[in-house]
Formats: sequence, C-alpha cells, structure tokens
Amino acid sequence: MKKILAILLAVAMLASLGITAFAEEEPIHLTLWTFQELHTQLYKVMLDKWNANPDNPKLDIDMQVYPYEDMHNKLTIALQSGEGAPDIVDIEINMFANYLKGDIQLADLNDIVEPMEDHLVMSRFNNYAKDGKFYGIDHHIGACVMFYNTEILEEAGINYKDIKTWDDYHEAGKTVLEKTGKPMCTWESKDCWSIYPLVNQHGGDWLTPDNEVIMDEPVVVNTLAFMKEMLDDGTAVASPGGNHHAEEYYGWMNGGGAASVSMPFWYLNRFTDYMPDLSGKMKVAPMPLWSDGGHKSAQMGGTGTAVVKTSANVDIAKKWLAYATLSFEGCVDTWLILGFDPIMTDVYGSEEMKAPNKFFDYYGDDIFEVVESVLDDIPDTCITDMFPAAGDIVRNMMAYDLVIGGGDPEQIAKDCAEELRSMIF
Amino acid sequence: MQTLSSSEKERRSFRDIFLDPKFVPYFFIAPFLIFFLVIYLYPFVTTILMSFQRIDGPNSVEFVGTANYERLFNRNFKQALGTTFRYAFWDVVVLTIVPLIFAVILNSGAVRFPSFFKSIYFIPALTSTIVVGIVFRLAFGTLETAPANRLLALFGQPPKDWLMFPDTGNFVLILLTLWRWMGVNIIYYISGLQAIPKELYEAAEIDGANAVQQFFHISLPGIRPVLIYVITITVLGGFAMFTESVALWAQNNPGGVGRTIVGYMYLMGFYKNNMGMASAVGLVLLGLVLAVNLLQLIAMGFFRKED
Repeated sequence: MKKILAILLAVAMLASLGITAFAEEEPIHLTLWTFQELHTQLYKVMLDKWNANPDNPKLDIDMQVYPYEDMHNKLTIALQSGEGAPDIVDIEINMFANYLKGDIQLADLNDIVEPMEDHLVMSRFNNYAKDGKFYGIDHHIGACVMFYNTEILEEAGINYKDIKTWDDYHEAGKTVLEKTGKPMCTWESKDCWSIYPLVNQHGGDWLTPDNEVIMDEPVVVNTLAFMKEMLDDGTAVASPGGNHHAEEYYGWMNGGGAASVSMPFWYLNRFTDYMPDLSGKMKVAPMPLWSDGGHKSAQMGGTGTAVVKTSANVDIAKKWLAYATLSFEGCVDTWLILGFDPIMTDVYGSEEMKAPNKFFDYYGDDIFEVVESVLDDIPDTCITDMFPAAGDIVRNMMAYDLVIGGGDPEQIAKDCAEELRSMIF
Repeated sequence: MQTLSSSEKERRSFRDIFLDPKFVPYFFIAPFLIFFLVIYLYPFVTTILMSFQRIDGPNSVEFVGTANYERLFNRNFKQALGTTFRYAFWDVVVLTIVPLIFAVILNSGAVRFPSFFKSIYFIPALTSTIVVGIVFRLAFGTLETAPANRLLALFGQPPKDWLMFPDTGNFVLILLTLWRWMGVNIIYYISGLQAIPKELYEAAEIDGANAVQQFFHISLPGIRPVLIYVITITVLGGFAMFTESVALWAQNNPGGVGRTIVGYMYLMGFYKNNMGMASAVGLVLLGLVLAVNLLQLIAMGFFRKED
C-alpha cells in the first residue's frame, strides 16, 4: 500500500515538474481584495485582455470578495501588523481616509496618474490624495442625477424636462401629490445619499481641508429647510426601509411608489437589477438647480483602488491597475460592464460608448447627454481623516433627526456640528 | 561509594528541579498561566495603555493623556449607553421570568412529551444570529405588507415603522433575544428544579400548601444558585450584546437604538480606525459591567454567609 502511494507521489511530482518545464513562463501572482463583487467582472475582463497581449508579463490575479466591513477590518489589521495584506485593494471612499493616517501603507500612484492628468476628471483623485500624492483610482465620477418615473409624471400632466430648479421640482411635486396622491420623492432617514448630494450641490460640505467643521453653515441649514418643507407638505416622504438601498424601497418604488429619486449615476444598475417593472418608464435627467447659487451636480460615493506599499510586486501591480482603470478601453468597459460614468473625459461622445447594453434598453439612449451636460460644474468633496466620523453623524443624526424626528433644521445642523467638533483633536 | 561524573550530576540536578515539590505545582499550572498571560493579561494591559494613546497606524503612536476619555461623553456615546442599559434591563427581566414560567410548567408533569417541547424551545439557540436578524428585520419591516404590520392590521392597528424608533426597536431586539435564548435558560432552570427533593413538595402538600406557595417557598429558594447564575450571564450577555443589533441595523443607528456600547467600540476601533478611543470605550464598559454585577450579587445575597 505504502509502496503504491510512494510511486503515485513520485509520478505526480515528476508530472508537475514536466508541466512547469514546458510552460512558457511562470505568471506573476497578485492578490486583489474587493468588497464589491461587481468590480471583479471588470477586473476579469481587463486581466484577460492584459494577458492576451504578448508584450505584457503574464499575470495571475487572485480576486477575493469579502463583505464590506470584513474587508476593511482585515485590511486595517493587515496594514497595522504589516503582514497578510493583498497587492491591490478596493477601499471605499468613506473608509479611505483611515488608511491615510500616520505612516501611509499604500503606494503613491503619481507615476501612473500624472501622465494621464489631462484626460481624467482630477477631482475624483483628490478624494484619495494626501500631500500631493495620489493613493487611489476611482471607477466612476458618481455624478448625481435625477431619476424620473415618467408614467407618474405624465399622469399628473408634467413634463420632466420643464423642471429646471428645485422650486420647480417642489411645485411639480405638489401637482403630482394632488393628481396622483403619490409623493414626488423620498428622503433617506438613515443614510447620506439624500442630504449630502443636495448640500454639496448647493455649495456646502461638512469639513474644510484643515478639518474645520462647516456643517452648520447657512447653506446646509437652507438645504435642510428645503427638504423639511417638502416633508411637511407631503411631496417628500421618508424612504421605506430608511434608505434607497433597502429591499422595502426597491419593492415599493418598483410598484410606482414615488415620482422620482435623486441618486448618483451608479444607482443606474439598482433600477435595472432590482426594479425591472419600471423599464422604459424611468428617465435620467440633471438634478434641478438651486436658485441661489451652487453647482449643476455633485460627485458622490466611490471606491479608491489602491496598491499596497509592502507588496512584492508594486510596479507590475501599478501597471496593470493603470491598464484596467486608466486606459481608454478600461474606461469604456467600466460603462459597458458596470454601468458607471467613467473618470476619463475622452470616452464621452465616443462611438465605443454607444454600444447597446442593458442600461440603454432601460432608460433610453440619452443617458450621456445628461452626464455631459453637468460634467463642467461638479464641486469637489472634502475628504479628510475626519470624513468617516462626519459621514456617521450625517447618516445617524442629521438624516434621522430631519426625516423621522422632524426637528428644526438650524438646531439639527448645530447639534451635528457640535458632535463632530467634539470628535476632533 | 561511586562518584558521579559531572554530566550525570547535571542531569540529576535538572531532573530534581522537575520533581522538586516546590516546582511541580507551577509546572502543572503553567499551561493555564501562559494562556492567561498571553490571551488575557497582555491584551488587558495593552488596552489600558492604548486608551491613553492616539494611534494613527503602525509607527505613529502618541500619548495624549486622558483626551480619549474626555471626548467620550458625546451624544452618540450617551445614546449607546442608554440603549445598552435599557436592553440589558429588559433582557434580564424577560429572560429570567419567561423561561422560569416555562420551566416550571414543563417540570410539573402537566405537559405531555416534555422532552419534545424542551427540544423545540432549544432549537432557536442553534441558529445563526445573522440569519435570524435578517428574518426579523424583514418581518418587522416598514411596509404595510410586512408580517408584523399584517398582524397589527388584524387587530385594527395602523402599521408601525418598527426598527426606526427606539421603543419599538428595543421591543424587536428583546423579542429576538427571547426567541433565541429562552430554550437555554429553560434547560438551566429545569436542571435546578429537578435537583429539589420530591419529599419537600410532598411534605408541603400534607401541610396544605397550594401550588403558588410551593413555588415561592420551595422551588424558588431551591434554585437560587441557578437563578443567580442565569441572571449573571444574562446581565453579562445584555451588556456585551452586539451581533443582534448589527444584524438588525448594520452600521445604521436610527434614534440611537441600533448601536450598543460594544457597537460603539467597534465603530471607533474599526470603522473610524481610532484604537485609542475604542480602548477607552472598552474600559468604561468593563467598569460598568463590574459595577452592575457587584450590585446584583450583593442584592442576591451572594456574599451573605449561609445561615
């Protein structure tokens, strides 16, 4: 018995030796962590394309998908202990600042970003930068847009293209409520995707680059007051389930719950995947404008893909990452596969972007006219090391106190700002 | 007499140390001692140190005095404290009394197939908290079609947004805990009840004591050690509760109900990467739990000498 086993093992060993001997070259092994399974679809396509080019060294990337919290926890611990970190990692924008504290364990990406500077939406890179060095590459702009349910609006006799300002939007909401009994929109009560885009588009933010809290400035108070007015007259309601990612919301919205919702561009795939009944009825439009200033849109959310400094293959990891996310074809695939608004300005208007996909089928083919019309006026968001704390306060205090608690906007803004100030030292 | 060579002498003395009555006890407790030092004492001391530090990464640690403690008392922390205390209170009340009632009934012989019911009540303890949390979250959903709201509608009540308010949210949390842990406490109680000699009940019956009197004068004093044990672990469990609230609310915290003090510690440590603050929160939690347990043990007469 032992003899047979020994012979088998010997044969297996020889065979494996033979295989490696005949292989052209040993691929370089890299590890990639992500919390977003969707991203691996793009990475896999870009890896195959990379390996298909004989000039490139062969790569073998082990893509590991973890739940959001798990992945960031594992990364924190791996970077702190200096062991077990991957080569490439997707870090969510809310968490990114955590990894830019103290002695930064991520590799700076200036050598791959700077040559492309003129072709990229650079404000997306500032979110992942410190002291002039870029540490992360985003997949999308995340421009905020308005999604209108044209069926409900038509029932109320409203053409969504006539809505130019937030005041128009509120008035249209009153008509919709009167004619159909349905609210114009929903505000999130336990997340930031209603408050932050509106505040940011209005010209406000939570922090300055020096970590000064500006959460209680008039622009924030005015934005909250506008949202409260809509809540008070019933043109806006609290989002079922508390946010626009809740199962309850998907079901409710799919059944024609509200006439519109304002979300970042990446919300496109939530409609196609979770609200199939609205296919052909939803339209993408620019956000309404504030009559007292502000911008055309806001850039929200994101994931900074980073290379870990202690990786044995920093250079090759950077090269592949540049190919996957900063090349023309990578950015086109970002749209075709993921449905994101790419960070490269060159791709907008190009023929490659017009290839049919499920998003054009769902929303019609004028999606990019909307994005292009707002690209020139999107403010920066200020992401400092206190941003995770600010985000938590907005989600769990500001949104709740405004939408569920129905408090006074000025008081809410003041309380939240106080809370955030108490966290800074 | 033969003289020992030097190497043999050395070996002898080495063996002597192992067999020395002074040394042997230490040798026997060494596994525990090493385990305790590495797994408990070292992290404990480090946590105390870290609570006075600002930690920004592997190589940047700075002593900041009591700054972490000073910044603790913000609204979020107070809310987390309130949520934890309220949960722990109802947890103890409900999880002590309800299983006791079930245990007495099951033990009284009034129910047929008691083993069957014991198993049925125990099964939820084997489920995954995360899965149960998802089921409860959807059952107590926002919409009118959520099962809990359908039930309310049967009684002509308007639908509730269960998980968005502290009171109803806490109710759901307690219900989840009760459903999940009742069986375990029933087993503890039944084992305590079965240890009480039957003769006591027979004697009481002859003396004319009814079922209620028997319960308060025989059963309850008879299971006092079990009762103390159950209350102690329920208090500890109540203060350490984390998974249940994460399963229901994740990192959301509507009105403060979704975040316990352990949740707050987790948020500080991992979400905000502020290990110094997290350590301070952990030590405050330790102090609170010790104080509450001490009070409870004194109240239960644990330190009283047996008469």
